[in-house]
Order: sequence, then C-alpha cells, then structure tokens
Amino acid sequence: MSVTQEALSNHPPSHVGGEHVEHADHPDPNLWIFGFWIFLASDLILFASLFATYAVLHTHIANGPSARQIFDVTGFTAETLFLLTSSFTCGLATWSMRRGQRGWVAGWLVVTLILGLLFIGFEVDEFATNSMKGYGMSTSAFLSAFYTLVGTHGCHVSLGICWMIAILIQVLRLGITEVTARKVFVVGLYWHFLDVVWVFIFTVVYLTGVMG
Amino acid sequence: MPDDTLNVSHFLVTGDPLIYGADVSIVVVSIAIVAVLTYYRKWGWLWREWLTTVDHKKIGIMYMIAALLMLFRGGVDALLMRMQLAFPNTRFLEAEHYNQIFTTHGTIMILFMAMPFIFAMMNIAVPLMIGARDVAFPYLNAISFWMFFFGAMLFNLSFVIGGSPDAGWTSYPPLAESDFNLGPGENYYLLALQISGIGSIATGINFFVTILKMRAPGMTLMRMPLFCWAILATSILIIFVFPVLTVALALLLIDRIAGAHFFTMLGGGNPMMYINMFWIWGHPEVYIVILPAFGIFSEVVATFSGKRIFGYASMVASLMAIAVISYFTWVHHFFTMGAGPGVNSFFALSTMIIAIPTGVKIFNWLATMYNGRVRVTVPMKWALGFIPNFAVGGATGVMLSVAPADYQYHNSYFLIAHFHQTLIGGVVFGMLAGMYYWWPKMFGFVLEERYANWGFWWFNIGFYVCFIPQYLLGFMGMTRRIYTYPTGMGWSTLNLISTIGAFMMGLGFLFIAAGIVYSIFYGERDTTGDPWNGRTLEWSVPSPAPHYNFARIPVVTSRDAWWTMKKERKQGVLPPGEDEIRPIHMPKNSGRPFILSLSFFVAGFGLVFHWYILTVIGFSAVAACLLLRSFDYDTDYYIPVDEIKKTEASYGRS
Repeated sequence: MSVTQEALSNHPPSHVGGEHVEHADHPDPNLWIFGFWIFLASDLILFASLFATYAVLHTHIANGPSARQIFDVTGFTAETLFLLTSSFTCGLATWSMRRGQRGWVAGWLVVTLILGLLFIGFEVDEFATNSMKGYGMSTSAFLSAFYTLVGTHGCHVSLGICWMIAILIQVLRLGITEVTARKVFVVGLYWHFLDVVWVFIFTVVYLTGVMG
Repeated sequence: MPDDTLNVSHFLVTGDPLIYGADVSIVVVSIAIVAVLTYYRKWGWLWREWLTTVDHKKIGIMYMIAALLMLFRGGVDALLMRMQLAFPNTRFLEAEHYNQIFTTHGTIMILFMAMPFIFAMMNIAVPLMIGARDVAFPYLNAISFWMFFFGAMLFNLSFVIGGSPDAGWTSYPPLAESDFNLGPGENYYLLALQISGIGSIATGINFFVTILKMRAPGMTLMRMPLFCWAILATSILIIFVFPVLTVALALLLIDRIAGAHFFTMLGGGNPMMYINMFWIWGHPEVYIVILPAFGIFSEVVATFSGKRIFGYASMVASLMAIAVISYFTWVHHFFTMGAGPGVNSFFALSTMIIAIPTGVKIFNWLATMYNGRVRVTVPMKWALGFIPNFAVGGATGVMLSVAPADYQYHNSYFLIAHFHQTLIGGVVFGMLAGMYYWWPKMFGFVLEERYANWGFWWFNIGFYVCFIPQYLLGFMGMTRRIYTYPTGMGWSTLNLISTIGAFMMGLGFLFIAAGIVYSIFYGERDTTGDPWNGRTLEWSVPSPAPHYNFARIPVVTSRDAWWTMKKERKQGVLPPGEDEIRPIHMPKNSGRPFILSLSFFVAGFGLVFHWYILTVIGFSAVAACLLLRSFDYDTDYYIPVDEIKKTEASYGRS
C-alpha cells in the first residue's frame, strides 16, 4: 500500500475529525483505496471472461467479414495513442494533487477528459462505419464478441469520463482536501486500469486481427 | 430476433388455478401490509429504521427475513414438484408448469435463499466478532441488500406477470435462447440475477476489506474466530467468480435482446462456452454458500463443547485450500461434454482432492466435541445433524467425481440427492444453526426450545426419508426434470416415500416458523448479552447490540477473546484498552440505496418486456443517485459521549 499512503501523506489534510485510530471508526481514505483495488480485481475477471469468449469465437466469422477485413489500422492506432497519452496526463494530475496544486490538477484532468472523449469518438466512428456496412452484432459470433469486448471497455471509459467530470467539479469547488484527494487518486486508478485493459485489447484483438 | 410486439393480453399470466390463487394471495397480503402499517402509523418507522438503515445488524436481519420468506416460496415449489411425482401418470401439473417450477425452485433456493442467508449471518456476526463498529462501507452494504431485494422481487414477479423462466436454474443455451424460448421468463431470470449479482460482488468486496482492515487492536489474523476466516474465504470466492456469472448472463441477454451469436446454434455461436462460464462461477458458488456454514459449525461446536476448537490452524488451512481448489473443479458438472480423458481426469482428480480438506474439518469438529462438556442445545442439534448428513453427501460427491462412472449418474436422481444432501444438510442446517445461535444477539431473546426441537426432528428425519430414495431412483434410471413417469418402472414406491419425506420437512419448517412466532411473545429475554456462555466478542456486548456495537473498542490478547476476558475478570485482571468513552463516528442513514436499487428494478423490468423507455428512465435515475452520492459530503456524524453513556446504562453497563 505504499503508493496510496504516499499519495495522501504528501499534502496536509484539510481537516482532521477526531484522532486517527487504526482499526477505526474514522473513515480512513486508505480503506476506500484498498476497496477500490479489490473492485478492480473483480473487474479484471470480468474482462478476462470477455477475452476468453473473444479468444474462443474470433475465428467463427460465419458469413460475415474477418477481423482483417474490418480493422482499420489508422483508427485503432489513433485510439491507442489518445488513451495511452491520457493515462500519462492523468498521472500528472495525481502528481499535482500530491503537491497540492489545485489549478494543475484541474488542468490535467481536463486534458485527460479531452483525450478520453477523442478516444470514444474514434471508437464510436469505428462501430458506426462497420454497422453501416451491415456488419453488426448479429452478423457472426466473431462480431458479437468483438463489439461486446471493445464496447464494454468503451462503456467503462465513458463512465470514467462522467465520473472524472464530477470529481473535476468537486476539485474546483472545494480545492484539494482529504476527500477530494482520495477521489482524484481513485479515479486515476480506474483510468490507468482501463489503459492496461486497452493494451490487451490492442494486442489480442487488433494486432492479432490484422496480422492473422 | 425477439418479438417486439409482445401481446399485452399475455401480460398477466392466466389459465392456471394455482396462479390465480397466487394473484389473490399477493393482493391480499399487500393490502394487509399496507393496512397494518397505516393503522399503526408505522410508515415513518419503516422508512427511518429499516429502509434507510446502514446498520449492519439491521441489514442482516432484513437479509434473514427475506431468506426465510424465499425458503418458504422455494419450499412450496418443491412440495408441488413432489406432489406431481408422488404417483405415476399424474396430471396435477402440466409439463410446462412443472418446468417453470423446477426452474424457480433451483434459482430461488441458491440465489435468493442460500445467498441472503449467508449474507444475513455475516452481516450480523462479522463486525461484532472482530470488534468493529460496522463494515468498511456501510452505505455500500445497504446498496447490496437492496440490490438483492429488488433482484428477488423482479424474479418473483415473473410468476404472475409474464410467466416464469422454464429453462432450468442453469438456463443453458440453446434452450434458453430466443429461438426456443420466446417468453419474458428467461429475461426475468437473466436480469434478476444480474441485479442481485451486483449486490453480491459489492458484499464480497465489503467483507474482504472489513475483515482485513477493521479488526480490533490485537486481533491478528490467526486470532480471528473461524467464522470470520470462513467469510474471508467466501468473500475471495465472490470477488473472483461472480464477474464470470455476470458476463455469462450478460452475453446470453445480448443474444436474446440484440440477436448476437455467442451461444446460438447458428452464426458461429458456441453454447458450451456458456456452460463453462456458468460453472466457473457455479462450482465456487456452492463453496461460497457452504464455507460460511462451516464457519458457523466451528463457532457452535466450540461454544457448546466448552472447548476451544481442535486444530485451529488446520481449519484455516483447509478453508483456504477449499477456496483455491474450488476454482479447478468446474468441468465435473459436464464430464459428458466429451472434453477428452486428459481434461476429465484433471477435473476428476481435483474434485476428489477437494474432499480432503473437507474431511479434515469434519474430524476437527468431532475432536472438538471429544472430551468436551457437550450441551445439546438447538444450534448444537443442527450441527450434530449436519455431520452424518454431510459425510454421506461428501461420499456420494466423490462417487460422482469418478468421470467414467459419472456417465451413468449424470443428471440422474442420484445427482439430485447428492447436491440436496450437501446444500440442505450443509448450508440450510448451517444457516439454521446460525439463526438459533445468534438470534438472541439480534433480538434480545432466545428462541423457545420445544418448537425448535420438533422442527429439527421433523426436518432432519424428513430429509433422509425424502432423499435416500432418490439415490436409489437415480440408480434405477430416473433422470432429473421429468414431469411424470409411467407405471411399471419400479419407481412408484420410492417416489411416494420421497414425497412423504418432503412433507415431513415442510412440517419441520412450520414448527420452526411457529417457534419464532411463539418466542416473539414468550421467549426468554437475554439480559446478560451472553446466553450461551460464548467465546467470541459478539457475546461481550449487550443483546440486542447497541447500534454503535462497542462503547469502547476491545483489545484482544488471544484467540477466543471473550472467553479469555471472562477468565481474567474472574482472576481480577482488568482487560486492557480504553477507560474513557469517546464520541463515536457513525455513518448517517440514507434512502438513496433503496431508490438506487428500485431504479435498477425499473430498468430491469423495462428490459424484460423490451420497453426501452422504462429502461432509460431507470438507468437515468441510477446515474442521478450515483452523482448525488458523489456530491454528498454530509454522510456521517458523531454520537456524543452522553448519549453512549445513557444507552450503556439502559443495558445496566457502565
């Protein structure tokens, strides 16, 4: 837990309600962060199941197109760049949070949000283009698995965007307090997690798809 | 593609007298509840004390009430099935209706009876046992309960609106796909399980964090009561397997609603993928429900033998071994898939291996009783009844794990008898033991013994009468899920005996219920807080426990902490810890978990009937609840010292 303790110890908490007792009746921010790690573990299993399904079904193209026919290298490379960069800027937001710089936190969060929205925009475009060609969810098992795996990740990112906006507003309103610092840190964890999942989607779905 | 033009005249299920009866009774009971609440002006009380509570003890009590109600409903389903099978060529239930009843029986008993019952016990006992004032995330805990509750409501609604699911509790495709199963029943199944499943994952995370991070000072992991170890193992299982069920159900739903091809026969779908994923969840799931029962037996046996548990470390090791191995046994549910001798051998062996730690636990309970001063109280009776029951259930499980032999037993009544023996003899016996054991801690009075004894004996004997014949029927070729059978198969007598046994169990349940009602009026009050001469910390606080649990957080110096404190107190040693009472930090009640889960219910109901406007409304309300929570900074408060002192004084403590 060294990362999380470090995250929250480098800035003075704005208020201390009662003494810190370790077992405690006081809501310890590390408790939330630990809990969120466990949630990420279970979310990881969710993605693992979707990856397993994709691995089983990706050759079952029935009468539909194969991966090679529909994947657009420029599109998914751009998506990857946007998301990887957004993970970096999100890290910068956490870094500024540790130094107590409200303005920079907000700024980096906004940059992260813009990159996230660009990512989503490209993904929606990819889905729309394919659907327009008549390659939908019901075309083949491969496409069902593809849309569901990539779409679930996209839904996670979209949810993350809404969540990050809510936290951005709180940081602007309240500054960096014990509570908002914890929230910035947790949403950051979520964002990096989605980035890691995307690295696997990039490799397992897109790279193997265009090579195969 | 699914039929979007669903006929509204089929909205209410018609044509069956049993369902008309259910309609009438639902309306009558609903009116009665509304009338009583209004007459006694209890609406405010219901909202303030129960619907908005974040107190783990109250949430536990609500889980328990729900579990008992679902046990009743699942039990009625079981009796209807046994009535249909009592004699050959019976025309009591139609085939279609029979399919619905075995589906709802299985689903309700596992997901809406066993699961809430274990959640009830862990909510009631775990924070008290580890010396904490609540779980790690009390607000999330309330969400978990209401998600379960509205999931269960959605599932039960199918009986009167739209029709029940009928593809078995496992809901295998392709049968459960819309090609073969158009009606809304399967949608109900998928969405109800999905909604309550979200609650289950949240509970798993909550208790994992609670147990690892909220223990009283001095309570090292190896000083924890075994029940807490069992819940830790269960939480780990929940966290890592429920997402797999979530995915399996979601993909099937996408198949049904969006016409995808995950598990269909056409378009490249692969139905076995669902079956694999279902059992990757499904096998650990049986350990999710049995490990807490093991934990309860460990507490009950130690308490009523007046001894510390025999082989504590080996008990912990076997709990953890079971938790790990249970991930590697799932294929034994479908050896007949034809995965080949290599795969089947692996899963046969892992299944046999998992019996070893279970056996270790049985011997440890026996050794705990050996040379102990055993008090045969009601909870102890259920623990004693469990041991032979589970030994037989475990042994038949090992028989089933022999892959070549399983080709003979597969989906026969032998299997049915086996898993009922472990799930009833293990889980239900365990949960009832826990209910009798912790009842005084929940409500402040002990459940009366006479009714409880009648309940135990009818249920226990009825169990053998009901299920031993089913082992034989399995050998004689009777398969599960058949709604009737011809004469001359040689099955008639055994089926009749089995039905008689089922009714004996039903009578047992009635005695248990009557005992609860009787005890509410005449039960012996528990003024000490420690009616059983207990060993663990929950017995150190008054009964029922005050909402902050501990006025002072105890300091733990050994295993069986309360037992040690009592001994030391007799020798005049004062327990270590704080002298002063300090203000206690507590979470505020909130109505949002209720409204959030209700919104999920609305969204789910919309999806069942493809009324997407309702779904959009439901999910918008969910989003609103989540955002409101994010912006809510007024979530907790301090109980002042005076109030704590007053409360403690009302229990005769200082």
